[in-house]
Amino acid sequence: MYDFTLTRPTTIADAVSALQGEDAQPIAGGQTLLPTMKARLAQAETFVSLTGISEMRGISAADGVLTLGGGATHATVAREAAASYPALASLAGRIGDPAVRTRGTVGGSIANNDPSACYPAGALGSGATITATGPNGSREIAADDYFQGMFATALEEGEIITKVAFPIPEKAAYEKMLQPASRFPLVAVFVAKYADGVRVAITGASTDGVFRWSEAEAALSGDFSPAAIEGLTPPSNDMISDLHGTPEYRAHLCKVLTARAVRSAQ
Amino acid sequence: MENVTLTVNGKERSAPAEGRTLLVEFLREGLRLTGTHVGCDTSQCGACLVHVDGEPVKACSVLVQDIAGAEVTTIEGMANADGSLGTIQAAFREHHGLQCGFCTPGMVMAAASLLKENPKPTEAEVRHYLEGNICRCTGYHNIVKAVMAASGQDVAPPAVAAE
Repeated sequence: MYDFTLTRPTTIADAVSALQGEDAQPIAGGQTLLPTMKARLAQAETFVSLTGISEMRGISAADGVLTLGGGATHATVAREAAASYPALASLAGRIGDPAVRTRGTVGGSIANNDPSACYPAGALGSGATITATGPNGSREIAADDYFQGMFATALEEGEIITKVAFPIPEKAAYEKMLQPASRFPLVAVFVAKYADGVRVAITGASTDGVFRWSEAEAALSGDFSPAAIEGLTPPSNDMISDLHGTPEYRAHLCKVLTARAVRSAQ
Repeated sequence: MENVTLTVNGKERSAPAEGRTLLVEFLREGLRLTGTHVGCDTSQCGACLVHVDGEPVKACSVLVQDIAGAEVTTIEGMANADGSLGTIQAAFREHHGLQCGFCTPGMVMAAASLLKENPKPTEAEVRHYLEGNICRCTGYHNIVKAVMAASGQDVAPPAVAAE
């Protein structure tokens, strides 16, 4: 890894100001970024650590919304959101392994938007609102506008994710098929049933990253049962093709896992 | 380079570190605590697992400056005060939970985290919890047995070679 200077601000304001420096990049839990830096695929003169900012670590549930600080770790979400939003807590509790969950954060996962990451499915499937804070203040971004393709997001240079607000559904579940070596989702589906309709978000499958399967949403909004999607053609959103699975296999998994998620949703 | 201070196995320890210095490098090279191993260096294998403020982390994927002031427990902190093996270590010896021993420090530290969170795990829970720790001798059956025994639960006695 190339050398750099690490700064560790303790407030959001100090972090935003540190990120205005020459060649400065944020680093959260580092569970993706540090391996990338070791491979010399990412570098900066200064990394601004977001782990020391206590105002970004909180978790609270009120008025039907679960709000996670951007720096909330997967382990904390798995523990503390279990009562308010069990499907999202379950998603957090199945990312990586226990040691990775100690460090990895919701903000880091959503900022990176890996096409096979879990949190983008939870955020898009819940219609979450992402708060990004930068030199011009804070702005709220709907998940539908935020995820813009593989590793691409609506975040501007110098912005950090300070919180993510998840409307709590009536029922939800996250079902994933693990890629056996990386333990990332080969395909995973987050299904959430709200009073005004059902959302289905799929990760791991498409070269464009996380996406909503609108035909399944329409069918499930009328009849929230696995049978409702039986007749649907699997989505064809430019499925990923690699040695772990063909596009046809991934498309098939989208449908199987959606049905499973509907069955296990509670 | 700045000096970083950690409380390691109950003692305050300092050494110089760069921005890029990993916790595992700081422990092994800065403090000469070489019980924590570097296996894959890409956070897959868990040989470098230690506890930071009581929680498991892969020391190859944490910058030491980022945890300045933290309490760290390594495999060197797992023995009893009189130097005898701690409960988990003794169970690994009793149940032949190590072959080459390279993954063992991480396995013991992961097992300690599991038993703190779930004192009487099922065998399936042990296997699931250890998914981030790889034993390339593939000695998983005896590792799982050792963790079950360390939790005070019955396990089949270690196999004895035929006379």
